[in-house]
Amino acid sequence: MSRIRALFARKNPAFIGFTVAGDPGIEASFRAAAAMVDAGVDLLEIALPYSDPVADGPVIERAHVRALRAGTTPDDAFALVRRVREYAPLLPIVLFTYYNIIYHRGTDRFFADAAAAGADGVLVVDLPAEESGEVAPSALRHGIDRIALIAPTTSAERQHAILRGASGFVYLISLEGVTGERDRLPPNLAGLVGTVREKTDLPIAVGFGVSRPEHVAAVVEAGANGVIVGSALVRAIEEHVGDEAGMQDALRTAVRSLRGGLVPRSRT
Amino acid sequence: MIAGRYGRYGGQYVPETLMSALIELEETYARVSADPEFARRLSWYLHEYAGRETPLTYCGNLSRDLGCRVYLKREDLLHGGAHKLNNTLGQALMAKFMGKRRLIAETGAGQHGVATAIAGAALGLPVEVYMGEVDTRRQALNVFRMELLGARVVPVASGTRTLKDAINAAMRDWVANLRETHYLLGSCVGPHPFPRIVRDFQSVIGEEARRQILEREGRLPDTVVACVGGGSNAIGIFYPFVNDDVALVGVEAGGEGLESGRHGASLSAGSIGVFQGALSYLLQDGDGQALETHSVAAGLDHPSVGPEHAMLKDSGRVRYEAVTDAEALHAFRHLSRTEGIIPALESAHAVAYALRAADDLDRDGILVINLSGRGDKDVADVASLHGGAA
Ligand SMILES: Cc1ncc(COP(=O)(O)O)c(C=O)c1O
Repeated sequence: MSRIRALFARKNPAFIGFTVAGDPGIEASFRAAAAMVDAGVDLLEIALPYSDPVADGPVIERAHVRALRAGTTPDDAFALVRRVREYAPLLPIVLFTYYNIIYHRGTDRFFADAAAAGADGVLVVDLPAEESGEVAPSALRHGIDRIALIAPTTSAERQHAILRGASGFVYLISLEGVTGERDRLPPNLAGLVGTVREKTDLPIAVGFGVSRPEHVAAVVEAGANGVIVGSALVRAIEEHVGDEAGMQDALRTAVRSLRGGLVPRSRT
Repeated sequence: MIAGRYGRYGGQYVPETLMSALIELEETYARVSADPEFARRLSWYLHEYAGRETPLTYCGNLSRDLGCRVYLKREDLLHGGAHKLNNTLGQALMAKFMGKRRLIAETGAGQHGVATAIAGAALGLPVEVYMGEVDTRRQALNVFRMELLGARVVPVASGTRTLKDAINAAMRDWVANLRETHYLLGSCVGPHPFPRIVRDFQSVIGEEARRQILEREGRLPDTVVACVGGGSNAIGIFYPFVNDDVALVGVEAGGEGLESGRHGASLSAGSIGVFQGALSYLLQDGDGQALETHSVAAGLDHPSVGPEHAMLKDSGRVRYEAVTDAEALHAFRHLSRTEGIIPALESAHAVAYALRAADDLDRDGILVINLSGRGDKDVADVASLHGGAA
């Protein structure tokens, strides 16, 4: 069984954390990832830094800039995945990337490198189902799950097409917009999760905007199998650049506090 | 050819959230393309409001200089001062037909921002324009103009603070507001169907030029030259000539020289990559990160180019050349003095290529240069580059 499937079989709902490889530097980035794992992240999404992250809000965009300024290359990101893999052998790891990084490296080589580093899945932010034929054979060949993205604006017809090629889990975007913390999540989350649930047996994880324990609780309440937190964790890094111990503390605190929301509201 | 592809180029490389908006745009475009009411209204705006058709001016002095018959297609005389208005009027009308209530745009030189602000004012749609912080300073006059026209200018302080970052910011806004907002993309770049829509709206330039030159000379030109930033004025004048026996030359921003690394010549010096929604030529580093670009002309300061140009380059149908900042500045002054026409710095690149290629031109040859815009927006910038001396 793949690490992703094993996770959702064992732990449901799962808490998924996001970090940008090399933010704020390669060494600090590994320690940040380790701190998140120590504090209870069940699955880690590691982004490859990119010059033009159009799907991301300002907090994550600045993380891409910090990582690139620190000189982080895709090779460095794969090396980071390898270290995290050694540190946490059972932890599922999903690479989060913009397509040009894959295209430029060569699609097959990218997936081979991802597999060799120990990644379990790849999510390509700007590769909709129409274009994903370009990566599907390589993902399959190297045993990498292709995480599907579904947005609130995705029609039922497209949901079917997207789910046909998906594996691992479904990344359901909670709102219309880029990544970033929000005060409140959209009210129709349960409906959104429900429409996708009808079409797939894959676990459904909800992300974008989730940044407080009560958001986490709301996502669980809506019936999701996983909760994805990005900007709130990236901000903990940003606020402690240059203070490694403080950064790890802040990350551990943030993960523990957010994880607190995993308990369904009816039981609190 | 697959819809949305130019050979291997083009496509729709965007976050899933945007797909619904692109599908809606594609459907709307198909609908309005077949709608006589849309055609009638666009034609009214182009002719009665924007000032089409623009003249094809025979330039006696420049012809004597270059040793062939030189015509300028005068998009500088279009309302707003550049070709950009052909596209913004078309897309703003489409936005109306889609029931959108707000326009957003990105701008480099400010020219597309001004054209969007004009179209928004004319059609009663509020406009917000994203502009790199560097460009807001380079093109302060156009910022003022946009504000005068009622648009809100949003300075973008991320990345290189130029056009590419303004496009990223506009895309983010669109992702968040696509139900009520139309993103009025300013060049033939981005995901399908934008390259096609922008090309079609700009093709009016080439259709007129072709008819005008036949009326004047009784034959087609030997060569058509246009500058290439994203490539919209160039594709607009080239497209109606693509099946003719006419040499087509696109002129990119050579900046401080291709070997300097400081330029905006993605076709001449880039490699294939995916950027801002499309597969095309791109200035990128060894890992696929977009590079910083440079041009004296803010409208050419962009690391990529429209996918149709990428195809036309590979097939050899269009030749792409680069001229340097210095050559463009020389052409800027030269055209001003010889013909009394101050070109936009972008357009000065096309003129500069003609000056450079003069020796290769046939004495009886006919050369058409697309003068994509006028230079009023650039005079303060050029003055400061030269310590105030013309
Ligand atoms: C006058 C003028 N010409 C040319 C351009 C370059 O754009 P394109 O290549 O899309 O025509 C610009 C862009 O701002 C412009 O203002």
